[in-house]
Amino acid sequence: MERDKNFVLGVFDDEDVLLNAVKEVRSSGVKIHEVYSPFPVHGLDEVLGYRRSRLPIAAFLFGMLGTTLALLMQFYMMKWDWPMIIGGKDFGNFPTMVPVGFELTVLLAALGMVAVFMVSSDLKPYKIPRIFDLRSTDDKHIMAIDLAYNDGAEDKIKEVLKSSGASEVNNKSFE
Amino acid sequence: MAQATNFNLEEKFDFSSSLKKKIGIVAIIGLVMLVLGIVFASGGGHGEHEAADGAHHAFHWSKRLIANIWINNVYFAGIAIVGVFFFALQYAAQAGWSTPFLRVPLAFGSWLPFAGLAMIAVFLIGNHDIFHWTHAELYDTTSPEYDKIIDGKKTFFFWPGEAGGFPLFYFLRMVVFFGVWVLFFRKLRSLSIAEDLNGGNSYWYKIRSVSAFFIVFFAVSSSVSAWDWVMSIDTHWFSTMFGWYVFASWFVSALAAITLIVVFLREAGYLKMINANHLHDLGKFVFAFSIFWTYIWFSQFLLIYYANIPEEAVYFVERMESDHYAGVFFINIILNFFFPFLVLMTRDSKRHTIFLKIVCSVILFGHWMDFFLMVTPGTLKENGGVGLMEVGSLLVYGAIVTFVILTSLAKNGLVPKNHPMLEESYNHHI
Repeated sequence: MERDKNFVLGVFDDEDVLLNAVKEVRSSGVKIHEVYSPFPVHGLDEVLGYRRSRLPIAAFLFGMLGTTLALLMQFYMMKWDWPMIIGGKDFGNFPTMVPVGFELTVLLAALGMVAVFMVSSDLKPYKIPRIFDLRSTDDKHIMAIDLAYNDGAEDKIKEVLKSSGASEVNNKSFE
Repeated sequence: MAQATNFNLEEKFDFSSSLKKKIGIVAIIGLVMLVLGIVFASGGGHGEHEAADGAHHAFHWSKRLIANIWINNVYFAGIAIVGVFFFALQYAAQAGWSTPFLRVPLAFGSWLPFAGLAMIAVFLIGNHDIFHWTHAELYDTTSPEYDKIIDGKKTFFFWPGEAGGFPLFYFLRMVVFFGVWVLFFRKLRSLSIAEDLNGGNSYWYKIRSVSAFFIVFFAVSSSVSAWDWVMSIDTHWFSTMFGWYVFASWFVSALAAITLIVVFLREAGYLKMINANHLHDLGKFVFAFSIFWTYIWFSQFLLIYYANIPEEAVYFVERMESDHYAGVFFINIILNFFFPFLVLMTRDSKRHTIFLKIVCSVILFGHWMDFFLMVTPGTLKENGGVGLMEVGSLLVYGAIVTFVILTSLAKNGLVPKNHPMLEESYNHHI
């Protein structure tokens, strides 16, 4: 069976039911592809067993890059390229470089984090998203289960979904 | 999902005798260090006693003791009032996550009456040792000691009395600030306890409106008290950031103290509803306001450094360039910025109590050092330093303050059991 083509969708009305359902479905051995919800559901990533985001590490590294670039830039400008006397201070003195260093740290950490997030979650301009169920942007939580990853055990999956509180169970296929 | 019924809302903090004994041991160790410090200071002698120009200029150890008491007074009074401020802030911001441990910062306020009395007493006894501006000859135009700059500031201290006499305006501010703070603290505490007895949402609304008035008063009084109690030591010098600077230092210290007490209460089996999410938020508070303190510290430093006007720069010359205080000056920044910034940066360290304990203890000591650095160079000049006397008086003072706060915490229920936002706090998740 081809992957990423045929899905079973569980439709949930309530986030508490959804959280319990995710636990039950996972403990019955069914692998969940993804859950779509109209608003952030606290604790959903935990019950889905997702690894923690490594975005903070990217932010830290980009921040360090920002600090380094800011200091190098200022030392280069103020000490070597065009030394200027400002307020009788030494050329290339550290305290005056802190504000710019701070600003560039924040700027690069923020921009870098956004860029890494866009790349890692495959968000790009003109990308046409695959929509499982339009109601996941309104008032329903959609749990998508890839049949290919579950040996095509369609009946069993539908059974588990219904017993865990899904208000509807649908099929969805993509070309 | 956590359920309301699992928690013991009737629990009271039991201030056991073994805990009292531990605090007593700390106080005795501190007292021994303090006495040893005084013995060394009075017996050792640094040659000043033989100075030819007589007893007037000789440095006496009692001056150092008074300065030490003043440092601890300001430091712990700040922690106490910020505890009440933190409580008020939670209501003004309509915060729910902090509900279970609200009684901890509120209990800090119980130190306020003692702090006020100690402050007034030390000021009356040792004002000439701490404050240069209290000397009458500075205002006498015929005296060789006449100081035109300080004379220009006399209204701020002596109004409506005679310059060089009793500083009535200054003293009134001290009395009024402590008086109003204590009144607000008592009002907030009685409302919070009445809520335990009667329940209902009306108390929450009442506390919120009292809190709003308190925060307005605190905004002004914290700033003015920073000028009065700390900035006026270096009478010629002034900084428009100083009110914020002292407030930031107080706030971080109080947040660290709240976090430490909550962590220890939790380990002693209280406050079961506090989980890693609440600790995470407390850790974020400590982390964020450590950065805030650094921001204020650096803003003050950079402007003075850049402009390099002698009457402003002298403050940092006395500290950064001095043989006695340069070490403390740089250790201060390391302990209060680099250490908490790097350690508390990751999520894990904010959620594990061992990191919180280490960082909060370091911050509490670091900000004591910050106040040491604000007070000592102006009062003791080259005779100051961190020695037995300083550590001893900090331990004695800290033990007494802890004792008063924990006694007050043990009086009422530990959890505000009828608070309308308890349920929200159980389900706090970040």
